Amino acid sequence: MRMPKFPFALALVLLAALFATQAGAQGLTVQIVNGVPSAIPITVVPFGQEGSGPASPVDIAQIVSMDLDRCGKFRTLPTSEIVESPTTGSQIKFATWQQLKQQYIVVGRTTYSGGVLKADFELWDVAKQQQLLGLSISGQGSDLRRVAHQIADQIYQKIIGVRGAFDTRIAYVTMVGLGNDAQYSLVIADSDGYNPQTVVRSHEALLSPGWSPNGQELAYVSFESGNSAIYIQNIATGARRVVSARAGINGAPRFSPDGKRLAVSLSFQGNPEIYVMDLATGALTRLTHNLAIDTEPRWTPDGANIIFTSDRSGKPQLYEIPASGGTPQRITFQGQYNANASISYDGKKIAMVQGNGNVYRIAVMDRSLGGQETFVSPGNLDDAPSWAPNASMLLYAANEGPRGVLYAVSADGRVRQRLVLSDGDVREPAWGPYRSP
Amino acid sequence: MNATVRVSVVALFCLAAAACAKKQEIKAAPPPPEAPTATAPAQTEGVFTPADLQSNACLRTRVIYFDFDKSDIRGEFDNIVACHAKYLRDRPMARMTIEGNTDERGTREYNLGLGERRGNALASALEAAGASSSQIKVVSYGEERPVCREHNEGCWHQNRRDNIVYTTE
Repeated sequence: MRMPKFPFALALVLLAALFATQAGAQGLTVQIVNGVPSAIPITVVPFGQEGSGPASPVDIAQIVSMDLDRCGKFRTLPTSEIVESPTTGSQIKFATWQQLKQQYIVVGRTTYSGGVLKADFELWDVAKQQQLLGLSISGQGSDLRRVAHQIADQIYQKIIGVRGAFDTRIAYVTMVGLGNDAQYSLVIADSDGYNPQTVVRSHEALLSPGWSPNGQELAYVSFESGNSAIYIQNIATGARRVVSARAGINGAPRFSPDGKRLAVSLSFQGNPEIYVMDLATGALTRLTHNLAIDTEPRWTPDGANIIFTSDRSGKPQLYEIPASGGTPQRITFQGQYNANASISYDGKKIAMVQGNGNVYRIAVMDRSLGGQETFVSPGNLDDAPSWAPNASMLLYAANEGPRGVLYAVSADGRVRQRLVLSDGDVREPAWGPYRSP
Repeated sequence: MNATVRVSVVALFCLAAAACAKKQEIKAAPPPPEAPTATAPAQTEGVFTPADLQSNACLRTRVIYFDFDKSDIRGEFDNIVACHAKYLRDRPMARMTIEGNTDERGTREYNLGLGERRGNALASALEAAGASSSQIKVVSYGEERPVCREHNEGCWHQNRRDNIVYTTE
């Protein structure tokens, strides 16, 4: 709503042009939707190679640059403008980078031997000529890209003062084929879309993945039995269990912040109501009692309240209720249709699908600013916002012609990137929790 | 009685039953499905058989459509409701699944609720017209089973629907 229409239209034209050439390839395109005057200029110099082993199979500096660019808080110097290639702090000629108006510079070296990648890097403040970080990070096997994401996280935290969320995973659902040939997959991948792994496949719809707080399990809805049912699956082992297959709708599972309970929407007592399930006993506590559709429960970070979607006032709006039961309070008043909330880690920002007429966009309501709302997506049929664990970015689902795609967008809506994940229809993104290195 | 006449008589009865049904909706217990009444002459003359599911134009119609974000059954589908209700009354062993569906607008989980509301609306109408609740199961697929995938009203209205599936004829 605050963004002028022209930059959106321009961005869409640019996006369409870019995507026409990139369809099907696994790759990433960062689009600056509006200028980001406050973005911090930083140079990540291509890393040098140490030792006699083979070259690093991954370009650490490139991955770090992509991470920093897409969060919207940084603006990296394009490789073509990187005129010198220091790999240690002592080789940096600060006058060069001051002239290029860079605020920070990252230099480093990799060694790759026996399948283990080790990266030594340094972060320097260009104006003060002062070293801020000097660390060594290692990884092996399928975790080589994680080395770069962890470096980006260290840089983010040092400069921004908030933990980085690049070394995290996302879950989403893909669909290929139509009708009886449809194949649905629940997939997890790195936060930038690389390293996709299928968790479960089905010929019937899969939806609403939700991460356990320790990142080891996913709760989701599957129609494989002919009706909706809620499953919890261990990602590493593949073991899974049905936690609700009652008559009617079994939907919208979300783990509590302590991982011990699951908020769900069930209609076995007549119409969709919000329940909290004790995962140890399976016991249900019913929170809502009315004839409306009550669904999409989301825990507040302290686990005390649940924000959910209800059409008790006619159209869907967001309401908040104590997780132990009580009287729901309506919390959204702008827009005809508000649903599918995602709550930031600090509880201040609530992202939601806001519909007006036939246009559905992702809106962010800031409760610390008296409920001020901004749109962070252009529409027309955007769905399923999901905050990164540090609320620096959001994932959401959108339509590009006949297929669904995912976008990552900075929290202020200014930097948007399409994740190219699959040839199929991609939807239902869910950003996972922090990972332990 | 030739087929055309019989269909007309059935349709007339169905319309009458549907008209009554609306007034009866608030009553808790629908009439038992196996009890033909003396005031329903069509029933004694034409009892539906499984063959009619293939040959009867009304029974062959297994889909009804809804307005955007609505679950009211439009008047144009009263005859469809009535003939399927009569089939369920005539065949107490028959079983039906109603699949409720929505268009793609809005969120997937909310649309599951909306699809169920549409399925329940048809189930209630069938029960009000004499079918037994034990004969009908409602499943909502929300927006997950579109028959048309373009992003416009021409497509959306085809997706806002209940599908009738006989699981036991």
